Amino acid sequence: MSVAIQENLSQLSDLAVEGAMAGYLVALVCHAVESATRRAPREPATAAGTLTAAAASSGAAGGVGVLTRPAYGPGAPVAGGSRRVPMGERFGRAAVAVTLVGFACHVLALVARGFAAHRPPWGNMYEFTLMITGAAVAAWLVVLWRTRARAMGVYVMMPITVLVFLAGTVLYTQAAPLLPVLNSYWLVIHVAAVSLTSGVLMLSGVASAVYLVRDRRERRVAAGLIDPDETPTRLPSLDKLDRIAYRSAIAAFPFYTFAIIAGALWAEVSWGSYWSWDPKETVALVTWIIYAGYLHARATAGWRGRPAAWISVVGLASIIFNLFFVNMVISGLHSYAGLN
Amino acid sequence: MPPRDSVRVRTETRMAADGKVHGGGSGGPASRRPGGPVRAVTAFARTIWRHLTSMRTALILLFLLALASLPGALLPQWDLNTSKTAQYIADHPTLGPLLDRLGFFGVFASPWYSAIYLLLFISLVGCLTPRTFEFIGQWRAKPVSTPRNLARLPHHATVTVDEPPDAAAERIRRALRHKGFGGWRVAVRPERDGVVTVSAERGYLREVGNLVFHFSVLGLLIAVAVGSLFGFAGSVIVTSGGGFCSATPIAYDNFRPGRLVDGTDMAPFCVTVNGFHADYNDDGMAKSFLADVQIQSGAALGSDRWQRTELQVNNPLRIAGQRLYLLGHGYSPTFTVRYPDGQVRDYDAPFQPQDSMFTSQGVIKITDPPGYTGSAVRQHQLAIVGIFAPSGVLNGGVLTSGFPDLLAPAVAVEVYRGDLGMEGGRSQSVFAIDTDQVSLGLLKSQGRANLTPGESMTLSDGTVITFTGAKPWVSLQTSYDPAQGWALVFAILLVAGLLTSLTIKRRRVWYRIRPAASGAGSPGSEPGARPAGGDRTLSPGSADAVRTGAGSVVEIGGLARTDQAGYGAEFSALVAIAGSQDAQAADGRAAGASSADPAEAVAVTMPDGGPDKAKGE
Repeated sequence: MSVAIQENLSQLSDLAVEGAMAGYLVALVCHAVESATRRAPREPATAAGTLTAAAASSGAAGGVGVLTRPAYGPGAPVAGGSRRVPMGERFGRAAVAVTLVGFACHVLALVARGFAAHRPPWGNMYEFTLMITGAAVAAWLVVLWRTRARAMGVYVMMPITVLVFLAGTVLYTQAAPLLPVLNSYWLVIHVAAVSLTSGVLMLSGVASAVYLVRDRRERRVAAGLIDPDETPTRLPSLDKLDRIAYRSAIAAFPFYTFAIIAGALWAEVSWGSYWSWDPKETVALVTWIIYAGYLHARATAGWRGRPAAWISVVGLASIIFNLFFVNMVISGLHSYAGLN
Repeated sequence: MPPRDSVRVRTETRMAADGKVHGGGSGGPASRRPGGPVRAVTAFARTIWRHLTSMRTALILLFLLALASLPGALLPQWDLNTSKTAQYIADHPTLGPLLDRLGFFGVFASPWYSAIYLLLFISLVGCLTPRTFEFIGQWRAKPVSTPRNLARLPHHATVTVDEPPDAAAERIRRALRHKGFGGWRVAVRPERDGVVTVSAERGYLREVGNLVFHFSVLGLLIAVAVGSLFGFAGSVIVTSGGGFCSATPIAYDNFRPGRLVDGTDMAPFCVTVNGFHADYNDDGMAKSFLADVQIQSGAALGSDRWQRTELQVNNPLRIAGQRLYLLGHGYSPTFTVRYPDGQVRDYDAPFQPQDSMFTSQGVIKITDPPGYTGSAVRQHQLAIVGIFAPSGVLNGGVLTSGFPDLLAPAVAVEVYRGDLGMEGGRSQSVFAIDTDQVSLGLLKSQGRANLTPGESMTLSDGTVITFTGAKPWVSLQTSYDPAQGWALVFAILLVAGLLTSLTIKRRRVWYRIRPAASGAGSPGSEPGARPAGGDRTLSPGSADAVRTGAGSVVEIGGLARTDQAGYGAEFSALVAIAGSQDAQAADGRAAGASSADPAEAVAVTMPDGGPDKAKGE
């Protein structure tokens, strides 16, 4: 079997990563512009703005229900019959379009990388980071498709852009075959499951962080510090943010559990014990416990809402910590990052 | 956590995924109860128990467990890396010993970690036991009877149909029971004035999954504990051509027994390493490792029957209930020593790889040089200390390896003679000499040399040391964990339970079917004839009897008992069954039914909460 690295495919992959990076960066800027121009279109948008604010501040799911959905969206100023799409709206749509392009490049980068190295494209930290961010973007696109949560885009695209950028610069490694210890079908199962679920959990954590931002705003509104008519927000309602966070978490959690178990099965054939309290294993368990706590907290009176959101954010921190700090600072059995 | 008052504690939510609040206790605060000290003690115990099994405590214990695990990841651990841990303690002279005494370098065996683990375990048991009984009760009971006011439920609709209540109820019951519609459990109950209700519930498996998940967590905790009590792991370095027999812990360089393992009860087996092969890419990156071994176990022990096999990374051998792993490899340089009295001996020892090209460091300790007796032995022990390179390259006089394969072996060694200090009772590294012996002047350097195979150096007393080459060594590990299979079983159940409990939705729906305005005026027709409160199956006769009185009004109410969204669409389907007359048409009985499309008659009203806002979450 030839293990020669296919240079042209490898270069295509590198190029595609740059494309993804550019796409996400532009999307981030567009989202930022959209957020910044929320107050701009005064006259026609006031109606739509207060409508959204009213629906949102009621805190009820009515704001996202099927029935009220048409009231919020691009067609809001329909009453006036105006054909002009507000500038913020245009940037918002552009952001989604550019995100899609970036995501296509992202997928292409991973596929080309896999073919270039004749193996699944998740064998070192560079590729692993690309997998996580790819999963996060995919989850975000699903959220965009199922709910109208585009306004939180700037919060979602920021960490993703930073991570893809870090991957393309600091973590970059040349396409190469695997170390013998990694050459196992468990690599395909365990690492794919970990990276994909981490990406989805990351989105869940971001949604909870936005929840906290929005929650703080709501409390300041309640305290009379902010006039909601003066500075309306486009952020999704607390209820919707909570639901995005929760549903991404429950979509990912069973598979994250499976990923840890698959890791234990691999460790059993590779390291001599199914559980060795390796730092990465330990922090993965800690992350698991935090998310288990989050799911329980969300179903427990007195823990719903803000406390649960904080737990979810701690879970996000734990994932990031496990990805970077444990890989780069603490050495353990999981020392495959390809950074030394 | 701020303390809460006792009322708050008693209404603490138990571990119910559907967020149902269970009253934790029945009486008032313990202090107000009359009775003797025994009573007070039991009341106190009950309060403690209530606290321990409350959801809040479980959550706090869960987070404590996460927090307590962190030092295990952040600080070096004795079990994982002894030398690094010792180094850390040496580097932190004040904090290190304190942390060591508090168990921070052995977190997962420390009393405080075990305490959290046990408390969580008890809390889980205390929470799961009542919930299991409660669930069994629910499983046996019929779906709850229809609430008085369906309009107050989150999902609500009204439909008119062209058939009497009994017939409509039967049709709805059949539709709900129909396979493929979601496995509803249905109870039909009559009310007064010819009104019939249908209550249905589904999603019982959710709670089953939930219980399976939590019990699997318990099982997994037990399996892990059993493994750490009764399991063991031993590692040993074997140079190619050598072997070892696993019968006692002494056979291993490093043996880590479980808490209840004394090493007397090990299932014996023997291994001989015949050779080791590694393939490398041109850049020195390894492609594959393979050890050629032969093993002997059970009845074959002691005989000359050996089973030849291969041992690979990621592919352990399973022998006599234990697993044998290939964990690492390296080189043992070989030397021939000709002593002044003419005796010739061969020596080798494993050297420790220092980099990915296998530049290795180590020492060959010759503790019993021939020709000396008594205390003279300890003055003439030899140590060949230095660096070995499988493909030697000299960079400014420093030997390093340029490739991991054995292409051009070379050593750079310094030879010491004197007392190695092996009898002092202190344990020594097999890869280094005790430098204290050197600084005490008990061990003196006899010269240095860079050698390639065949080259030799001669010491002042005429001893000739010849470098002859190198043999590969492999590091093997034996692992034994009696509960490992159980851990796997519980892990699988855990995921299955989790998936079940997170995907299955718990739903309730109620239908109250009243005779339409005209029909409502004939109260005497039915109710008295029915057995009160029981399930009914309708006889065609009674249906026909009422059928003369036009149609009925079906009021429908739905409640999602979990906060899974999407009940809105499903509820529409549930409304559609009430309005659908297709089944009747097939029976050839509903003559006028086709005139009105029931879907048009549906007046769906949804309150502000919206379709997804479930009351009970």
